[in-house]
Amino acid sequence: MAKLTDTAERAAQARPGGDMSRARAARTLLRDLRDLGEVRAPRGLRALVTAQTGGVPDQFFALPTPLGAVWVAYSAEGISAVGQEASAAEFAEYVRRMRGRLAQHTATPPARLVASLERHLAGASATPLRLDLRGLAPFECAVLHKALEIPWGEVRPYHWIAREIERPKAVRAVGTALARNPIPLFIPCHRVVRGDGHIGNYGLGGRSAKQRILAAEGVDSDRLERLARAGVRYLGSDSTDIFCYPTCRHARRVTEPHLVTFRSADAARDAGYRPCKLCRPAAAAA
Amino acid sequence: MGTDEELLAALVSDLGSGFETLVLAYQDRLYAFALRLSGSFADAQEMAQDALVRAYRALLTYPPERIGVLHLRAWLFQITRNVYRNRVRNQQLQRVPLEEWMRTEQAPCSLRTTEGADAWAIRAERRRELTLLLGRLPERQRSAVILRHVMGLGYDELAAALHEPIGTAKSDVHRGIRTLRTLMQEANDGEAD
Repeated sequence: MAKLTDTAERAAQARPGGDMSRARAARTLLRDLRDLGEVRAPRGLRALVTAQTGGVPDQFFALPTPLGAVWVAYSAEGISAVGQEASAAEFAEYVRRMRGRLAQHTATPPARLVASLERHLAGASATPLRLDLRGLAPFECAVLHKALEIPWGEVRPYHWIAREIERPKAVRAVGTALARNPIPLFIPCHRVVRGDGHIGNYGLGGRSAKQRILAAEGVDSDRLERLARAGVRYLGSDSTDIFCYPTCRHARRVTEPHLVTFRSADAARDAGYRPCKLCRPAAAAA
Repeated sequence: MGTDEELLAALVSDLGSGFETLVLAYQDRLYAFALRLSGSFADAQEMAQDALVRAYRALLTYPPERIGVLHLRAWLFQITRNVYRNRVRNQQLQRVPLEEWMRTEQAPCSLRTTEGADAWAIRAERRRELTLLLGRLPERQRSAVILRHVMGLGYDELAAALHEPIGTAKSDVHRGIRTLRTLMQEANDGEAD
């Protein structure tokens, strides 16, 4: 008891006379308080913590893509991160910070996984990839899952995602969620473009990378921007009276003589066209 | 078990195994803090678990420079306290009947099993009463008293853990102790009547 700074400690200094019992009580209190700390954690605690924290680090490897080699990390749940860091160490650091997980490089990724990723990049896979999105906010997950629905070779505007996930006013938040996409290329945030038809920005290498990856999927972004500059947002067919986003597979099937252009969904509706049920360019009429 | 400096060095060099060591070094202390703060064994286990998992997730996102200079002890208690406050806010705490309390305090979670059964029963009863009294303090004073006098933190650590200036931390401890003594006096007077 070198430093007597506490009320209780000061009172614990025995003073003569009637203060003796108070002093003893104060000393007892401190001793009893200290005794409360003599406790052992339940035996299972450590195992529970390890079950939630430990475990097996994610593995990652380099995969060739239309954008050059990218790192792909995966866990037992599925793909957990994709990035273009300059070195394996930098990517491991990125995974640690972005996803809060440990990751280690492997030179021998499972051949089936590599084949499946290659099929996805080529638009030749019908089976969805297994993804590990644990730890992301529900809104982010909703945005990313919606982006997954955009078919290979097609694009949709940001406000399409906002409307489809029933947060029509959250267009900016959709943009943020896509910009933070931990699994670019495989969660195709590159297929989401600006509402005015310009292709917009891209995290994995900027605008030119976005153009390249879209071109690899057969999307003519020059044509899209030409249409955009001319004020065209939707294409319709005068034989079906249906209007679509320009890259929708239905719109691409329309032959030149039957092709009609629209500046807005309202203009299309006024002309007696209904929105395509596949690309859903507007909420279905009530 | 290793000092905090050694623990930090271990965390920086290998987070996975370093964290295992951290859990071993801190699980009893964080559990004890959670137990005296919440007064409930079931809650304390969940809180300590929660706090350690949160600490791990945070460490994953920290660059090594930041881990190296962490004030580990204060930081871990601070996380545990935040877990408790969140649970109070979200009304996630369980209510534990007193009999349960008594039984669990006597379970072999104690360090000293050599004591006689009678001595232990007295000690368990004293612990139970004191924990119940602590439960009547405002949370800030309770946290301050427990960290200072149960967990034995110095005032600089206490201030860091409570995230308040040293002067405020000191006065929280003093006020808490004073209230505690008044409460005990009342309890004793009640018995005497």
